[in-house]
Amino acid sequence: MAASDGILARTWRRPQWLTLPLIVGAAVVAFWVLVALTFHLWAPYDPLDMVARRLQPPSLAHWLGTDALGRDVLTRTLAGARHSLPIALVVVASAVAAGSFLGALSGFFGGLFGAAIMRLVDITLSFPPVLLAMAVAASLGPGLKNAAIAMVIVWWPVYARLMRAQVLEVKEREHVEAAVACGASRTRLLVVHILSLCWTPVMINATMDFGQVVLLAASLSFIGLGATPPTPEWGSMISDGATHFYSWWIAFGPGMAILAVVLGFNFLGDGLRDMLDPRTV
Amino acid sequence: MQQYILRRLLMMPLLLLGVVTVAFFLSHVTKGDPLSSVVSERQMNNKVVVEAARKRWGLDRSLPDQYRIYLGNLVTGDLGTSFRTKRGVGEDIADRLPATLELVVAAMIVGTGCGIGLGVLAAHKRNEAADHGARFFALIGSSIPVFWSGLILLYLFSVQLGWLPGAGRLDARTAAPPFVTGMFTVDALIAGDLQTFLQALGHLILPAFVLGWAVMGIISRLVRASMLDVLNQDYVLTARAKGAAELRVLLHHALRNALIPTLTIIGYSFAYLITGAVLTEAIFSWPGIGSYAVESARALDYPAIVGVTIIGALAFLLANLVTDVAYALANPKIKLG
Repeated sequence: MAASDGILARTWRRPQWLTLPLIVGAAVVAFWVLVALTFHLWAPYDPLDMVARRLQPPSLAHWLGTDALGRDVLTRTLAGARHSLPIALVVVASAVAAGSFLGALSGFFGGLFGAAIMRLVDITLSFPPVLLAMAVAASLGPGLKNAAIAMVIVWWPVYARLMRAQVLEVKEREHVEAAVACGASRTRLLVVHILSLCWTPVMINATMDFGQVVLLAASLSFIGLGATPPTPEWGSMISDGATHFYSWWIAFGPGMAILAVVLGFNFLGDGLRDMLDPRTV
Repeated sequence: MQQYILRRLLMMPLLLLGVVTVAFFLSHVTKGDPLSSVVSERQMNNKVVVEAARKRWGLDRSLPDQYRIYLGNLVTGDLGTSFRTKRGVGEDIADRLPATLELVVAAMIVGTGCGIGLGVLAAHKRNEAADHGARFFALIGSSIPVFWSGLILLYLFSVQLGWLPGAGRLDARTAAPPFVTGMFTVDALIAGDLQTFLQALGHLILPAFVLGWAVMGIISRLVRASMLDVLNQDYVLTARAKGAAELRVLLHHALRNALIPTLTIIGYSFAYLITGAVLTEAIFSWPGIGSYAVESARALDYPAIVGVTIIGALAFLLANLVTDVAYALANPKIKLG
């Protein structure tokens, strides 16, 4: 190490996995999670209250202006995190759970059962995602809960495929053979010896997908199949903005919020992959 | 190889049957009574009207019966009748197909053109500001909601700057060119009407850019990676040693070889565009299949939604098939299982 390096550089070197995307992604995600958790404690206005004259452009009192009902757009944008993030969390968690479960069973047991699951995966993945989500959400009826169900139906096959590939690969390793020789039961084999090694790529994918799920949820709400008024959801706020086209500020905040969240999770997922999967570095 | 392609082709009808079955049962798990979208609210208590409507739309039959009839109709190309427009869903879709095709093809040109350009730039200026800038611009495209970027860009370029026309395919007072393909830019050229052509082209620019931006990311990332690969090859070194100009090395020697893997991703991005077109059309009042899907979903018009979903899945399947086959042909080393 060169002598000119400061004392800090000598005592603390940035670990290789701590990349800029990881830091930026984690910061953006942390910001929105914090907003979602604490917004009700410090909100300047009530997101549902009509606090000013309608369709006011941005001003000092209302940084992002007011919407068609005189509600504060910035407040509603920040409050939107309390709807969009939990929905995405529920959808990703359910899709990961259902997809990994079925994918793991399919990979472990194979046979007719495994093939049947994979054909179901093929069929589901044959639909353009937004169209399938629209069709499911429309047939279940509008509402955030039904939109969430629709998104899980669209998303689980991705994890089923991923998990199956992982299980198929790990199943052939020597330590599994050793466990079989020691007389481990099938459940123990799958849970202890195989699944514990399969989670990393699933988790990395789930992180990256999180932003895409936020995007899909907003798309459904934009179409009118997700959140219903007056819920401050980003997609439906943009839809409001589209009907009041000349008041650009109504859609500006929620759009930036979606962009930030999607980018944030993208960076975070990228960073996690570099960190957890040394093969790609 | 032939075996692989053949197997993929044989899988198609099976997957389609699965798709149709899923779509059919999807429209029958609906909680709301489909009759409520046909019969007006005041007539819902009128037994005679309700019964007649039930019979008229075949809702009095058993589910397996309905499924069989639906399949039979599908084979003859009948996608059912829309509750909302009271016309055949197939007719509705056929009417709107050219508008969507025009948009998707234009978006594809913008997306691949700019994607390749950005990829080459990023590879050439590796790890410099231009590289980071190009990659960030492409990344934003794949992260931004198209229904928002469309809205903001439309406001900026059409209202504020006045550089581009507003939503729709033509100005309100302009008549559509005589029908040949249904794509206004092509039809106007065929009719020799330069003014209408320029107008249609002007209307096409923004939606095509918004939609194309979404696929720039995928394409530029791939082009950058394979360009970096190719730029390390000996023949590039040879070309440089012979004193070829940098631009010629980049475009003639490197890009031509780097494009092979890229060609295959075009099928994938086409599938992506189908999805994006739904929301782009809604923002730009583009009278294509996408806005038809959105209008139908808002009106809970199941036959129409299911019809669009099936057509979308068909296009999606074909695009994926072409992608995989192209990949197999361009890259014989890859063994397809």
